[in-house]
Amino acid sequence: MAVEFALIAAGALLLTGIAAIPLSHHRRAAELVYGASALPCGFAGVIGLWALVANAAPTTVTLPLGLPWIGAHFRLDGLGAFFLIVLGLGGALNSIYAIGHGRHETEPGRVLPFYPAFLGAMLSVVLADDAFSFLLSWEVMSLLSWGLVLVHHRAGGTQRAGYVYLMMAAFGTMSLLLAFGLMTGGAENYGFDALRAATHGPAAMAAVLVLMLMGAGSKAGLVPLHVWLPLAHPAAPSHVSALMSGIMTKIAVYGFVRVAFDLLGPVPWPMAMVVMILGGITAVMGVMQALMEHDIKRLLAYHTVENIGIIFIGLGLALAFRAEGLTAAAALALVAALFHVLNHSLFKSLLFMGAGAILNATGTRDMERMGGLIHRMPVTAVVFLAGCVAISALPPFNGFVSEWLTFQAILVSPDLSPWGLKISAPAVGALLALAAALAATCFVKVYGVTFLGRSRGAEAAAARETDRWSLGAMVVLAGLCLVIGILPGFVIDLLAPVTQALLGGAMPHQADSPWLTIIPVAASRSSYNGFLVAVFIALSAGTMAWAVHRFASRRLRRAPAWDCGFPDPSPVTQYGAGSFAQPVRRVLGSVLMRAREEVFMPPPGDLRPARHEVHLRDLIWERSYAPLAAFIQAAATRLNVMQTLTIRRYLALVVFSLVSLLVVLTLWN
Amino acid sequence: MELIVALIVQGLQMLLVVAVAPLLVGLVRKLKARLMRRRGAPLIQPYRDILRLLRKEVVLADNASWLFRAVPYLVFAATWVAAALVPTFATGLHFSWTADLIAIVALLGSARFFLALAGMDVGTSFGGIGSSREMMIASMAEPAMLLAVFAMALVAGSTQLSTVAQFMASPHVGLRVSLGMALVALIIVAIAENARIPVDNPATHLELTMAHEAMVLEYSGRHLAMIELAAALKLVLYVSLIACVFFPWGIASGTGSAGAYGLGLLSYVVKLAVGGILLAVLESSIAKLRVFRVPHLLGTALMLGLLGTLLLFVSRGL
Repeated sequence: MAVEFALIAAGALLLTGIAAIPLSHHRRAAELVYGASALPCGFAGVIGLWALVANAAPTTVTLPLGLPWIGAHFRLDGLGAFFLIVLGLGGALNSIYAIGHGRHETEPGRVLPFYPAFLGAMLSVVLADDAFSFLLSWEVMSLLSWGLVLVHHRAGGTQRAGYVYLMMAAFGTMSLLLAFGLMTGGAENYGFDALRAATHGPAAMAAVLVLMLMGAGSKAGLVPLHVWLPLAHPAAPSHVSALMSGIMTKIAVYGFVRVAFDLLGPVPWPMAMVVMILGGITAVMGVMQALMEHDIKRLLAYHTVENIGIIFIGLGLALAFRAEGLTAAAALALVAALFHVLNHSLFKSLLFMGAGAILNATGTRDMERMGGLIHRMPVTAVVFLAGCVAISALPPFNGFVSEWLTFQAILVSPDLSPWGLKISAPAVGALLALAAALAATCFVKVYGVTFLGRSRGAEAAAARETDRWSLGAMVVLAGLCLVIGILPGFVIDLLAPVTQALLGGAMPHQADSPWLTIIPVAASRSSYNGFLVAVFIALSAGTMAWAVHRFASRRLRRAPAWDCGFPDPSPVTQYGAGSFAQPVRRVLGSVLMRAREEVFMPPPGDLRPARHEVHLRDLIWERSYAPLAAFIQAAATRLNVMQTLTIRRYLALVVFSLVSLLVVLTLWN
Repeated sequence: MELIVALIVQGLQMLLVVAVAPLLVGLVRKLKARLMRRRGAPLIQPYRDILRLLRKEVVLADNASWLFRAVPYLVFAATWVAAALVPTFATGLHFSWTADLIAIVALLGSARFFLALAGMDVGTSFGGIGSSREMMIASMAEPAMLLAVFAMALVAGSTQLSTVAQFMASPHVGLRVSLGMALVALIIVAIAENARIPVDNPATHLELTMAHEAMVLEYSGRHLAMIELAAALKLVLYVSLIACVFFPWGIASGTGSAGAYGLGLLSYVVKLAVGGILLAVLESSIAKLRVFRVPHLLGTALMLGLLGTLLLFVSRGL
């Protein structure tokens, strides 16, 4: 029954989208539509949770939709149920946030119809059980999100973002189409059970995996196919950005996991190595580009790229262990990756919601014009801090647990025998460690520049706390980040049916271990207890604070800032986003992004102001996309001649192409 | 009964690290002064400093937020918990499994994260420069530390510090190249993380070269006392870590007798003193590096850690 209920939720969302078209000019349209979207999402999340907790057998249903005589197949299994939880939880909370945040929307008619339908399309991607309905839902998801990106189509940069996104989405779906075409291998059945039963040679498997990396990877934001993501995600309204970064990238991960772990057999290890290394490079490049960014929403979008890299490191490790037949280790790596999927969906939604609240309060996305918001938006400041700590992988929050599990998976990888894996696994571990440390640096910058310090602009000085709906959603998300970080064992147990179905093995049962400790392999090997760590920190901080106030001194005096005796009243003298990142820019950015600094110092007597300029280069864009675009442009200019031929030449062209096609056909047979 | 003894021993360790931390700082300062032919402050001067700071009133900048006031206690608590989880005189204490070595590194990361935020809170240029440089140093030092941890964990087959220390104390270890590399990497990281010469100078206050001290410039009174104590604890943590992994002689095992604990305590004090002496000699014999030379040093640590780990990965198949 579960799959029927989930489909009803998806249908309800799509219908809400259609109903929103006439409704969208109603006075209370935003409340109605977002409220109506929250309910089916929450319902879907509950179904997913039930299916995993009850360890329900997969249920299927066939609807007379889609291709004639074949119909559309839908199925809900453990993997689908897990992603249903991610989608349902994120979607519901995001809709609640949008009830408040959506009031500030200047173009509600452009958002309201797309928003619920987008959620419904993502839901049906997770439920699809044949290639046709999967690809159709995927494409609908892409197009609806494209529509949402273009809501503010007159704002600077949005049109380019929409164009690049459309190109990349079309490219991605084409890759997926080819991947599924290869998997069916000429058989006339597109059902996933038929694909699962088919066997493939290593070459075909490698080709399918590469195509999946291009198709799902481009949607998820894997380097070098990530270029659209930092353009498109920030261009959309903030609650849609939260949905795209927090949830849609996870649907892309779902597509990859579904094919690589479920539909294809064990993939040979060189491909696993490719996935792992791509993940490592993605993580470091994402966080480096985020560090250089001043636009808070683009910075968060680059961090999505980083976190997708971390997820793909886990997936690559799981594929490698599976290729070598190490089931327990594969289960550990897959749990780490899926755990990070859940974690990232929570804290990235939270951070984008916070960014939306800041955008409403200050009217800008430029961090260099913010500052001191902790005094004016106290609740947002607390929940945003929770999100920053979580994404920086610091205990006792949830981001740390999944990264810790990934490190544990890397530490069992010496058991892998191929040399390529032996050398790449520690290198990827180093990249992961570097990305985690840089992420902490980046979020000190984000929080320090936006919320702390003195206001850098009049808007920031006059900012006001955001509405209650938005705060409610953010408080729940922050609470979840902490609770999952303190009690991670339950999430690991929840994932046991998923790994059991995909890999035939699972991590040790965690709920039984004493004090809710998590033990990935064996107690003598490694263990972590988020609960006790949190309790110890709270106890020692509390006792110490109490003792100091009770026995030593509790006097306090407010005075102007000391600043070594030279305080400057101008807020520009504070460290800003650019200056905070300067040391890292000089150390790593000079290599990875060819960062250059130029100082123009006018000679004495000259009245021009001194200037300091930073030049950064996006090498990925310059080396791959720009030449490709130039080539297409040149080829198109050449082919332009074809549009103005005489009738004789056109006829000759027709005859020539006919003959050559016939020749090819003869040779083929 | 057994549980009570275990809890008491665990509590003793927590108190021991806090009690001994200022003494180690005092020892290093005294030795540095003697090496420079000064007489130096008495050994117990850091205790006096901390007590005096605790009794003084706090002068808080006008626009400091609640975060600025909460951070000293959070930083102290996170560092204290981390330091209490590193074996000092005995391994396998009651709560030693709460967090493994990776989690200890991350706990120190949490402390640093909040301290850097506090540096940004008042909105002064010194606070910003301190935070920014501290985080730059940390973003090189933390991966280097993790890779050194990987090397140790792969040799011992565990990231549990107690298990690692027990394994290192056993005769199975032998002489390993990768452990040597990890040791060098760890020492470099320890110097950088504790803001010691040649990375940073704990004694300067009005110079653009400083990182850590600039970050905590706005703190005063009891808040500063907490931060100073946390910094001292961090130094003890790193010395104990290096001692228990690479020089585990004399350390008592989990269910040791009172005699074993006594021996462990004695050897621990000796190890701390040796660590302090070596640090003082090192600090007196070299000059501070320019800020943008520090990444070269830390890059060396990173590469050593990676090389050590790589060697272990590759040698596993032989």
